[in-house]
Amino acid sequence: MDARATVDETYRLESRRVLATLIRLLGDFDRAEEAMHDAFVAAVEQWARDGVPANPRAWLVSTGRFKAIDTARRRARFDRSLAALARELEEAAAADPITETDDVEDDRLRLIFTCCHPALKADAQVALTLREVCGLTTEEIARAFLSSAPTIAQRIVRAKAKIRDAKIPYQVPARSELIDRLDSVLRVIYLVFNEGYSATEGDSLVRGELSSEAIRLGRLLVELLPEPEALGLLALMLLHESRRGARTAPDGTIVLLADQDRSQWNRAVIAEGSALVERAITSRRFGPYTLQAAIAAVHAEAPTGAATDWRQIVALYDVLLRADPSAVVVLNRAVAVAMRDGPAAGLALIDEILARGELADYHFAHAARADLCRRLGRIDDARASYTRALELVKQEPERRFLERRLDELSALRLR
Amino acid sequence: MRYMCLIYDNEQTWAKMSKPEADAVMGEYFAFTKDIRSSGHYQAGEALQAVSTATTVRVRDGKLSTTDGPFAETKEYLGGFYLINARDLNEAIQIASRIPSARFGSVEVRPVVEFNH
Repeated sequence: MDARATVDETYRLESRRVLATLIRLLGDFDRAEEAMHDAFVAAVEQWARDGVPANPRAWLVSTGRFKAIDTARRRARFDRSLAALARELEEAAAADPITETDDVEDDRLRLIFTCCHPALKADAQVALTLREVCGLTTEEIARAFLSSAPTIAQRIVRAKAKIRDAKIPYQVPARSELIDRLDSVLRVIYLVFNEGYSATEGDSLVRGELSSEAIRLGRLLVELLPEPEALGLLALMLLHESRRGARTAPDGTIVLLADQDRSQWNRAVIAEGSALVERAITSRRFGPYTLQAAIAAVHAEAPTGAATDWRQIVALYDVLLRADPSAVVVLNRAVAVAMRDGPAAGLALIDEILARGELADYHFAHAARADLCRRLGRIDDARASYTRALELVKQEPERRFLERRLDELSALRLR
Repeated sequence: MRYMCLIYDNEQTWAKMSKPEADAVMGEYFAFTKDIRSSGHYQAGEALQAVSTATTVRVRDGKLSTTDGPFAETKEYLGGFYLINARDLNEAIQIASRIPSARFGSVEVRPVVEFNH
């Protein structure tokens, strides 16, 4: 491999680690990005001339650090405040030189927790994590979220300014804060995953990459901080991902879980997900992500839709409701109850939720109600609920699915 | 770094408290203040009188205008503040979360601009 190819390869494998360490050493995101860029530029020239260093990452961090000192010194001629910074960075470099045993993995965790700091806006946490931790460009993030590059760029600039001005520290939270702070990290990762998995507008290729990126982040987190809910979230994402190929028909229409071709499910991914669920459950400190993953695992292990262990699934929803008493969980439990005890039992529960005014604007609540009415032979009620669901649905494949169901009802009528 | 912790309360919450309840919260405030004084985080702190005592002052084109009440009508009003020293935002958040009103009102944490004279 020539030096240029080695630099490219090193960039792909190591640039996020180099950046994470430079942010700690230089105390600023923008300064660290500039320094990293300068270090890679220097690598192209020097590695071709002198050969690739024994530890490319340590070389890049060290070079980046001295480039930052040079830059500060040069700019100090125009901005006096930078002279003090240059001195500070220089003293720090002399006192604490880069060693190969530096704990770079801690730096990656610091970066994740900083990007997902709850003092930042939720959409900024997502954009910043994809930009800094995953290395996506602002254009890629914009495409994935159907937004414009300047909007995403501005979000990231504002978030970095808050990190600097309000002094959000670059650290892994202490044990006492860890669980709360981890929640925010898991939420960002799951949001990225769902954006790539559920939303079907936009470029499907980019969206698939978003899910892969979330799974990569989930793996990184599990490797660095194997907390039960981190395991649970990774398991949940893997179990969903294992069905990706089977969940849409060739024309893009949604295929319901019960109707999916189970031979298309990725067994290796299911096995990995199920093993993670077991690890998380044994810890006895699990939460909502692990429980949702456990439910997904029961589905994944059923040989056919009809052979699904609904008793087990309802029991898991009962536990989940205690951890997360949200209306969506109540609705999903109602669907499982319908499968265990028959459509009438499930319908009574869904009508209770709708009567409370919760989820009245959630298309899935009406679609679920319609399906149960259909199975009970209440065709007019089914039609009304499908129609309401159609008014609320935003995604094209789901719209097509609902339209087809409505057509099928009309056919039933004619018979 | 210095952070201002602005305490926003709904005055109704205080009005609805019984005397022993309000005394208990005040006791917590005194204990909290004593605590952050001894830990070195405390710089200043005051409780403000009811929002009904507020006057808003403006000067426009050299002309003074005074109006009754606060700048903006909301449910939660500024009821007091602490000015604290903290290592970073995380420490400031930890301290602010121990202010008794954080449990029923809210506390806005803002870094102070340090001017170099």
